Amino acid sequence: MNRYFHKELEEIRSKLILIGEKANEAGRLAVEGFIESDLEKTQAAVKMDDEIDDLEVEIDRASVRYITLRSPVSSDVRLIFVAIKASHDLERAGDEAHSIAKKTRTILTRDGKVKNPVEIEKMSALAFAMMRDAITSLLDENLELAQGIIKRDKEVDRINKENYTTLYNEMKGEHGDSSTHVETILISKSIERIADHAKNLAEEVIYLLTGE
Amino acid sequence: MSQTPETTNARADFEPFIQIKDNYNFWYGSTQVLFDMNLDIPEKQVTAFIGPSGCGKSTLLRSINRMNDLIEGIHHTGDITIADQSIYDPSLEVISLRKRIGMVFQKYNPFPKSIYENIVFSLRIAGRNKKSELDEVVERSLRGAALWDEVKDRLHESALSMSGGQMQRLCIARAIANNPEVILMDEPCSALDPIATGKVEELIHELKKDYTIVIVTHNMQQAARVSDRTAFFYLGKLIEYDVTDNIFMKPSNEQTEAYVSGRFG
Repeated sequence: MNRYFHKELEEIRSKLILIGEKANEAGRLAVEGFIESDLEKTQAAVKMDDEIDDLEVEIDRASVRYITLRSPVSSDVRLIFVAIKASHDLERAGDEAHSIAKKTRTILTRDGKVKNPVEIEKMSALAFAMMRDAITSLLDENLELAQGIIKRDKEVDRINKENYTTLYNEMKGEHGDSSTHVETILISKSIERIADHAKNLAEEVIYLLTGE
Repeated sequence: MSQTPETTNARADFEPFIQIKDNYNFWYGSTQVLFDMNLDIPEKQVTAFIGPSGCGKSTLLRSINRMNDLIEGIHHTGDITIADQSIYDPSLEVISLRKRIGMVFQKYNPFPKSIYENIVFSLRIAGRNKKSELDEVVERSLRGAALWDEVKDRLHESALSMSGGQMQRLCIARAIANNPEVILMDEPCSALDPIATGKVEELIHELKKDYTIVIVTHNMQQAARVSDRTAFFYLGKLIEYDVTDNIFMKPSNEQTEAYVSGRFG
């Protein structure tokens, strides 16, 4: 039997998809700003942070309200807990995008352009594909897709380490530009964290669909 | 929390339809069971009365249609109005008041007659026997109670052959047959299984589009699910009255908090 308040659950799920799309879009804009030395894209990514934060608060409030007033059980309870946890992960992914954008803005303001983008483009393509697939797995309730995301995180971790080694070695050399290198290392780390949040989201989808 | 109208209705942002006012007090003989009540109930919403046994919630509910008049030795002070008309107005006949107010009880109580005759019982008493009119009322009432599709092919079978949940919905259909303005529900789901309870709760959600509903329930989750506003009573006093979200998520009163979170007593 469908209850009139079940549509409130669908609204929570829709907001979860929306915060996921916005976090991914913010990350994409931030990284494109870095790769293309495009200050406009960087600014656009910075601006999205408030929207993402507001959505997380909305999801939290709607979830607490649903638990309090609707006495959910079984998969409905799992969806609520996943909504609370996943919205936190996605908000944190948005924070990482914000951080990437602000560091890029610092680099561009100081240097005019990014001199050594290392493997950021390749790494971010993998991280954002993970995030996009995690959101799709939630939308389509696709267990197989969610399960496949987990192991993809290792490749992002590997590239992050490679970026770190490259930039660290450059810093040690005589031509190193320390500030930009440190900022780029942190940007690489932020992308690696976005992939972690995508992995968390995939694990939450697996829990939602299987209860385990 | 004090019982002044200002505090009990502090968040009122509606035109009251039912008003319990002028510090309404009620006694069974020398025993006072309601103290200084002031409560505004909105039109076409669901208002839940909650509180432990003996808190006065059923007495207050039964005051609204003067059901308590049937008990010897009762008296009251203060007033109750429906659409600005006092229910104690000497020119108002109690029968006409009860036509404006349908009531559904804890234990479903269909008459030992057919489904059809249960619905039209009060119309026949009023001398309305025209078949086309009765047919229309039966269909409208059963549709209104989300029962039409289940019983339309056996309207002339005994109401007592129905399931418990269906009987309770039949009682709701009977309550709306007279086109009342208000429906009072006194623990309407306490004798029903969870599926039948869910159906009645869905029905309450639909009925509030057309009727002002006041429901007494011991089931706090039910109050949370079905009502727009909730009043919490304790020892005959109105402790807190607010929109349901606030009562269950952020009550102002410590006693309300203790009761809704199961830490009472």
